[in-house]
Amino acid sequence: MKRRAESTAIVYVFVAPAVILFTIFTFLPLFASLYLSFTEYNVIHPPQWVGLKNFTELLFHDPRFWKALRNTLCYVVGVVPIGIATALLLAAALEELARGKQLFKVLYFIPTVTSVVAIAAVWKWLFAGEKYGLINYALIQLGLQPIDWLLSPRWILPAIMIMSIWAGLGYNMVFFSAGISTIPQALYEAAKVDGANWWGRFWHVTVPMLRPTLVFVVVMAVISSFQIFDQVYIMTSGTGEGIGGVLDSGLTLVSYLYEQGFVQFHMGYASAIAYLIFGCVFGLTLVNIRMLRSQ
Amino acid sequence: MKAAAISVNWRKALIIVVLLLGALAMTLPYYWMILSSLKPPEELYTYPPRFYVQHPTIKPYRELFMLLPMARSLFNSLFVASMVTVSNMLFGSMAGYAFAKLRFPGRDLIFLALISSMMIPWQVFLIPGFMIVKHLGWLDTFWALIIPNLAMPFGIFLCRQYIMSIPDGLIEAARLDGYNELGIYWRVILPLLRPALATLAIFTFLSQWNSFVWPLIVTQSSQMRTVPLIIAVLNGQFGANFAMVMAGAFVVMLPMLIVFLLFQRQFIKGVFLTSIRE
Repeated sequence: MKRRAESTAIVYVFVAPAVILFTIFTFLPLFASLYLSFTEYNVIHPPQWVGLKNFTELLFHDPRFWKALRNTLCYVVGVVPIGIATALLLAAALEELARGKQLFKVLYFIPTVTSVVAIAAVWKWLFAGEKYGLINYALIQLGLQPIDWLLSPRWILPAIMIMSIWAGLGYNMVFFSAGISTIPQALYEAAKVDGANWWGRFWHVTVPMLRPTLVFVVVMAVISSFQIFDQVYIMTSGTGEGIGGVLDSGLTLVSYLYEQGFVQFHMGYASAIAYLIFGCVFGLTLVNIRMLRSQ
Repeated sequence: MKAAAISVNWRKALIIVVLLLGALAMTLPYYWMILSSLKPPEELYTYPPRFYVQHPTIKPYRELFMLLPMARSLFNSLFVASMVTVSNMLFGSMAGYAFAKLRFPGRDLIFLALISSMMIPWQVFLIPGFMIVKHLGWLDTFWALIIPNLAMPFGIFLCRQYIMSIPDGLIEAARLDGYNELGIYWRVILPLLRPALATLAIFTFLSQWNSFVWPLIVTQSSQMRTVPLIIAVLNGQFGANFAMVMAGAFVVMLPMLIVFLLFQRQFIKGVFLTSIRE
């Protein structure tokens, strides 16, 4: 009997730190930001209840919000399919190697351990204007016109996409190459007997067998690219045009939230944006899972 | 037969060429970063750009440490990341043990709440988190950087999953030997948990070292900046001095690169465990 009481007491010692911190910094904030999203709050005066005003303002009267949403969706639609297709092909190629797999994996994986801020700073220099940047130099060598990547409203988003695809390759590749290595060799042998070439085997054996991995990686990539911020913050800063870059052409949902909350101190409005992002991410996850399952 | 052999060789060659081109694309930006950080201004802005440096200089690095509190930032990052890592190992394994092997009211409900919270986008917690830290008077202090991250759900989840696989018999035996719960945790669970704790340590440290948004909103003075923030400042104030920005980028990435090269297999394997966080 005494043993039981003692062991109950010790349980609370074990879980207390985690539960207390979770309550203060996760559980309460979840509801606090829901409450704040129905208020006007500028940090100096206490929050004032305004009902649905923030949401109606955002959805019906705020072109910048729609611009941010459109940019974010463009970014997701650009980065996820290209990034994942490239990673999948590279992984399939890698698994054909008898030796040196680990070396390639390590090289492709380095951006995953590098600070996103450092990556963005490096790419900013690669994308630099006129002809000093390495990328524009390559374009000139190919007989093309140099592009003002960071200052032209048309090119800032593609520039960020290229960088993100590069940075995410190794991470996605690791999942695919682990998935491919579990596919029974016999399936490939059978496909060979049926006369399938490399591409045929990739398309009819590798891809279908990888479906679970593919669903998982796509869902994760959509969720994380929907929340892109760090790269944009670095790439658009220094243009003298605020956080969205020239004409808000690089404004994403999270950078808009950051600007409203921590530059303008419209904390209520920013909380409403946070909840809209939450809703979008939730919806996207469901749609994704359903689409990829049904195929 | 011979034709088939030739086509196989062609395919092998093509695959190797593709992988090498990919590897080149992956490493060239890093080469360019290091190269540019060593170039004097007259070599930095040349056309055509040069792929080597004639008169290497460490002036960008000197400026980085003289014009900005870089050394202090390195200390801040190291200190914050270490504290958060150690405490996540401790609190994560303690709570993980309780959730895996002990019985108490509300256990499953609390655990469900913990893991569900990992699926909620972090932006939702950002503004109230900032307000709490502000009300506690922690803005621009180590408290703000460290306390909210002391026991993250991911660590609890990872430890709990691992401890579930430890047979109950082992714990019963220790109990019969007269160990109390604390003794079991310390002498039975922790030693067996070592591989999971290593993964947890690596990934917690990495994510804290590279963390950007939270330090950005809770610090103000240059003395409290972590290293990624220094790059943001460099990028804003010294944006035209690309040699210095590249030097800064290299300083941020170097420690993690070394750790990664030392523990590459744990990193790549660990990706599977950590991916559930998102």
